[in-house]
Formats: sequence, structure tokens, C-alpha cells
Amino acid sequence: MGGLITMDDLTNEEIIAILDDAERLLPVAKGELYLPLLQGRILGNLFFEPSTRTRMSFETAMKRLGGDVVNLGDVKTSSVVKGETLFDTIQMVDGYTDIIAMRHPRQGAAQYAQDSARVPILNGGDGAGHHPTQTMLDLFTIRQAHGKLDGLKVVLAGDLRYGRTVHSLSHALTRFDCELVFASPELLRMPRDIVADLSAHGAKITETEDLYSMMNDADVIYMTRIQKERFSDEDEYAKVAGAYKLHSNDLNDVKADMIIMHPLPRVDEIHPSVDATRHARYFEQAFNGVVARMALLCKLLGVSVPKNVEKEGSAL
Amino acid sequence: MMSNEHSMRRVTAIRNGTVIDHIPQGHALTVLEMLGINDKTSVPVSLVMNVPSKKMGSKDIIKVEDRELTQGELDRLALVAPDAHVAIIRAYTVAEKMTINLGEEVVNVVRCTMSNCITSNPREPLPHRLKVISRFPLQLRCHYCGRTQNLVELVKNVI
Ligand SMILES: [Zn+2]
Repeated sequence: MGGLITMDDLTNEEIIAILDDAERLLPVAKGELYLPLLQGRILGNLFFEPSTRTRMSFETAMKRLGGDVVNLGDVKTSSVVKGETLFDTIQMVDGYTDIIAMRHPRQGAAQYAQDSARVPILNGGDGAGHHPTQTMLDLFTIRQAHGKLDGLKVVLAGDLRYGRTVHSLSHALTRFDCELVFASPELLRMPRDIVADLSAHGAKITETEDLYSMMNDADVIYMTRIQKERFSDEDEYAKVAGAYKLHSNDLNDVKADMIIMHPLPRVDEIHPSVDATRHARYFEQAFNGVVARMALLCKLLGVSVPKNVEKEGSAL
Repeated sequence: MMSNEHSMRRVTAIRNGTVIDHIPQGHALTVLEMLGINDKTSVPVSLVMNVPSKKMGSKDIIKVEDRELTQGELDRLALVAPDAHVAIIRAYTVAEKMTINLGEEVVNVVRCTMSNCITSNPREPLPHRLKVISRFPLQLRCHYCGRTQNLVELVKNVI
């Protein structure tokens, strides 16, 4: 395969195989085992807009596998500011590296880069477009908790209008026949064209403004941040934000194995009292970004992850 | 055939130029816009709308005098009227029949209408590529950003 630009570049079988690889790589991601599968390979980190979290996660993934990383550096001081085209930047980095992870403010930039490059591109977010490595780590986290993806009931809550994370995840979950509940204020509903597209692909969707009524038979509750900037009226924001806050007191009647996820950073959507409950999974989710990206780096570089990682790796 | 000949004669025969027949009814003005024919055009242009047609029920026809359409113009025409017939007229007779081709992808004919698309930077050198999702009514999807767009939006973005 070439790069990973959207989730459509992967079949369901490939997704499962990558999640299997990621699971076996967990001890390597945790630093318990050294397995230099990518020794001698170089990742180019091209972040045309700041995203410390995603960039660090790619860098950690590469280094845990014995590979090396070169960074574009601060966009403000790089040649991009001097008006260099994406095409030219890619020509240069393509010659220096074996694989490129990139984030760019413009939609379609990752596909454009892939068409300009010889090495595979890992899309780390292109404008309001796609962010498939986030979706992969979300799927990994869900499967880790439930042992499967198929047929789960997933509640996505908060800002469903602007969040590309929830758009992409909804598409992926639909491919695995999950039941979806979209809980959001009217103003931040899932875009109509996405709902229509998901329905056309056979999704079972419930839309509601009442998050709390939908929690008790959920397998996953995926919270997102509601941004103040989306509202013109301060009071309206306060009202809406208040309706999408989880407190440990709200969790008395939920399923024992229900997990709560959040792409982070959170503001007030999840009260710290939830952190200590068995349901909180957002910090593991963030950590899973490393292991999911490790598996993707291996996949795109054509390196197979050994079946028995414990045997192949060495203790640290 | 008779009705075709007949309808062609609704407009005076031209000596040299191009006849575009079988334009979907109501789309002649869009064709002119796509071809860049406007109030600054000096050659005579005649246009007939809502002509009865056996094949299409109703159709539009355009005749442009002293001008032969280029391949680039045919590619633009294909977006509005993928099944139009184009004849080049020289000395009152059909000298050439040109075929319109709307393939699976439209390359460097129109620009993506998404303002934040990577291709909106005019200095980026890769071609403008839009996949044909539907021929009529036209729907194209940008190869890069994935945005689906229709004719009304695209008319303003011809290259
Ligand atoms: Zn585009």
C-alpha cells in the first residue's frame, strides 16, 4: 500500500490486523521490551500547524522501534513561510526520509503530498478533513476494553458538528456494525450530510439532546469538548456546556464494562471524580496513540510485527 | 433526423463556426458562461432554447460564428452537456464532428470549490483532479480534499 490518508485506505481486515499488531507491541510501547524493528529508518515529522501531542506521539512511536526522526521545525522560521509550495517541501523531505507523518491546515494536503512523494505519507490531520491515526487509536482503545468492535453501542457526545474526530470514528464504527447515539445540543448536531451518508451505509443512529438518558446501555461514551467560540451568547454556552458534563455520580446505573473516552484536552466535560472510576479510559487512550502509530509505521514500511514479541525483543 | 434538420434551421445557417446541439434544456446560458462567451464577445452568437427533441423531449442549441471550439472548450462543455453534438461548420457545410468526452476524471478543467483545499494555492503545481460522481446532473469530487460539488458552484471555477 501507499500511505494512510483516510480510513478508506484500509479494509476492515487490515484494520483488525493492525490492531492485532498494536496489541503485541504494547510491551515495546511501554518501554518494557526493546524491539528495534525500524532501526535505520527515518521518519520525517512535517507539522505545518502546531500539535505537540500528535507530533510527540509519532516521534515516540518511531523511537521505541529503534528508528530515527527528523522534524520540520517551527513553521514560522521554516521555508514554508518564505512561500515554498507543499510540493517543493515534500520533494526535499522525500529524499531525506523513509516515511512522512504530516499535519497541515489545508484539506486534501495529505493526498496532495502523497501524490508528490515516493515515500508513504501518514496523515496526522489535514484541515477539517481526515485524521485516521486518531481513529485507529480510538478503535484500539475500544477493542482493548471490549475484546471486539462489532455490534457495540457507542454514544458520541458534545460537539458533533465541528469535530473531525467524531466524524471519522462514526464512519469506522459503522463499518463494524456498531449502534451509534449522537448526543449533542441542537446547534452542534452531526452534519446532515454525514448522517445521511452513515445511514446509506446501514448505520443504526439515534439522535438526542439528552445525553444522560442514553448512558445506561452504552458500551462506550465518547465525550468531546464544547468550545466557547462556537457560541455568540455566553448564557447559551453555559447552559449547553452544563448539559454535557459527566460526574462520577452520573455513573451509578451504567454497564460495568462501559468505557468513557475523550480525545483530550478536556475542559469541564469530564469531572476529575470520573478519573478514579473503572470507566475512565481517556488517559490510556492518549497513550494508545503511541502503540497504534507504531503498528501503522510498521505496516506502511512493510515491516511485519513478529507473532511472539516477547521472544524477539530484549529486556530493557 | 427530419426534426433535427428542422430544428437546426430555427436559427439561420452559419457560414463558418461551431454548432452545439443537444444541450440539455435550460442549460444554454450555462454553456455560454463555461465557454467564456459574454458581452465582450464580438462574434455573432445565436441561441435557441426549448426546442422540441425526439431524444431529449426538449433541448437547447447554440451557434457561434467564426469560431471553432478548442479541446479545452470541449472539456468544459462536457461538464454541462455531456451528450451534446458539436459540429464545426466551414463554408456552410459540416466539416468536422467533434466528440465530447466526459471520462471518470476531469483534469485541469475546473478548480475545486472548497476554499481551504490545498489546490486553492495557485502556486501548487499538481493538476486539478476531480472525479465524476454523476454525469447529469453533474457532481464532481475533488481528488485531494474529497469535497463533492455541483455545476452551479463549478461554473465560477473554470480554468
Ligand atoms: Zn479540493
